[in-house]
Amino acid sequence: MKRSLHRLLLFLITIPVLLFIYLPVFYLLLTSISTRSEILSTPIHWIPQNPTLKNYRDILTPGTTTSEVAKTFKITLRNSLVVASSVTVIALIVGSLAAYALSRIRMPGRQTLLMGIMGTRMIPEVSLVIPLYILAARFGMLNKPPVLILTYLSFALPFAIWLMAAFFETIPVELEDAALIDGCNRVRTFFSIILPISTPGLVSTALFIFLSAWDEFFFALIFTSTVAAKTVPVAIAEFTGRYVVDVGGMMTGGVLAAIPPVLLSLIFTRYIVSGLTAGAVKG
Amino acid sequence: MTLKRRDALTGLLLVLPALLIILGVTLQPILTTFFLSFFNASLSKLTANVYLGFENYVDLLSDPVFWATIVRTLYFTVVSVGLELVLGLGIAQLIQSKPPGWKFLRVSLIIPWAVPTIVTGTLWRWIYNADYGALNALLVQFGLIEKYQPWLTKPFAALNLVILADVWHSMPFIALILQAALATLPVDLDEAAAVDGANAWQRFTKIRLPLLRSAILVALVIRTVEAFRVFDMIYVITAGGPAYGTVTISYLTYLETFSFGHLGRGAALSFLISAFTLGMAIIYIRFLYRPEDRAL
Repeated sequence: MKRSLHRLLLFLITIPVLLFIYLPVFYLLLTSISTRSEILSTPIHWIPQNPTLKNYRDILTPGTTTSEVAKTFKITLRNSLVVASSVTVIALIVGSLAAYALSRIRMPGRQTLLMGIMGTRMIPEVSLVIPLYILAARFGMLNKPPVLILTYLSFALPFAIWLMAAFFETIPVELEDAALIDGCNRVRTFFSIILPISTPGLVSTALFIFLSAWDEFFFALIFTSTVAAKTVPVAIAEFTGRYVVDVGGMMTGGVLAAIPPVLLSLIFTRYIVSGLTAGAVKG
Repeated sequence: MTLKRRDALTGLLLVLPALLIILGVTLQPILTTFFLSFFNASLSKLTANVYLGFENYVDLLSDPVFWATIVRTLYFTVVSVGLELVLGLGIAQLIQSKPPGWKFLRVSLIIPWAVPTIVTGTLWRWIYNADYGALNALLVQFGLIEKYQPWLTKPFAALNLVILADVWHSMPFIALILQAALATLPVDLDEAAAVDGANAWQRFTKIRLPLLRSAILVALVIRTVEAFRVFDMIYVITAGGPAYGTVTISYLTYLETFSFGHLGRGAALSFLISAFTLGMAIIYIRFLYRPEDRAL
């Protein structure tokens, strides 16, 4: 009796927690399917009386009457996808090679190097942005996706190295020692022995990098101002125009921007949690 | 060439691409920023820089706006991270007690964390909207306020509301880390203490909390560094307003550099942030690298 009362009490505490989590999410979803007049009504219409997919249509299949921001949103989704995927692939390849060497091969200064690489993760983007901007301008790289891919590596690469190094350290050395004695060289051992059993580490690292690249706003804000390279976060921030705010469009953009990371995180929850415990950073 | 030296050479070659990238996108820029911070550089005339010595730093350190910003940033950091830790710890413990629906709760935590920061900010700004927002509607419906309030026009309220949005977005991070750590703790310890007559609170504070020390530390340091340089959330919710009421140190750097064009001053500012966060990094690495903490 006392035990079930205890469980009931615990259950009652979960309700406000769930409300705190979900109310904003529902509000986002409901606003995205509301008409403009219902969004701007007082008292508030919690549940839209005339739910509409117009906002989604405007973004996904823009017509002649749709606003400029909504029209370009789809392109920014593609830009985000290109940038985030490229960053993930590059950081994963370059990062795991470096992480393997740093965690396995005896060479002078490797501990210092690992620390230094970790330390760079603490450097804020604002401290890098001015010189990077000057360089990008000089090489005519502003408003082009490569500038984002390159600059995102400043956080993605150290991150990949750190996570993969932590992962490689959990693999018993004996496995590769046998291969090395048999005459395999380092690189072959890495590809034939280590990499195949590193899938969990690679998946979790890839996820974190993709999510943080998808989330990144500051560099994108500074380095891109045209639709050629603008990413989703910048596009969403721009829904707030100087004179009119297209709230429905803004919320729909928000939903569309949130779908990829939320889905990925829900599908790979297990990897997220293991990545978090290895000291991940995405806030 | 000996085998050992060849191995070391291979290692160097494997690390080289990563080092070159880091050199280009991190090391070179941070050194240039440091260099720029001693000049009167501006966005409009990049070439005619005048050497100022420490003047940018002296100017900043004697500017009341700078100190007000530091105080505001520390307030933001301490309050949001503090709330996130307390709530995160509570929720982690709640999940660990496995009430009905605990699995659903754990999965749900992923959502606010996975929603992009800019989307979170945009959403909460609309929630706080003076005329049509959900916050006003909710408070009026429950009779807590009589009429709609322009929340974001009051500097201190605006700052706290940005904190609330930040807590929604980042608290799950701490809850998930701590829950994962809690799940690895040995159960028998807890049971033994229960047999010895320790109550739930005692078992929590005397047994689990000390064992969670390293996990809490990791979560705290990561979140502290992040919160200290908050930018995105401020940019979309308040744009630093009203009346500088939500300008944090990163936002001030952004304003100085890109709105006022004071490159040198912005560089000095950003270097001060770097110095602080690097200090945090050293603490972070030290704690992460203690053998007993790696087992987290």
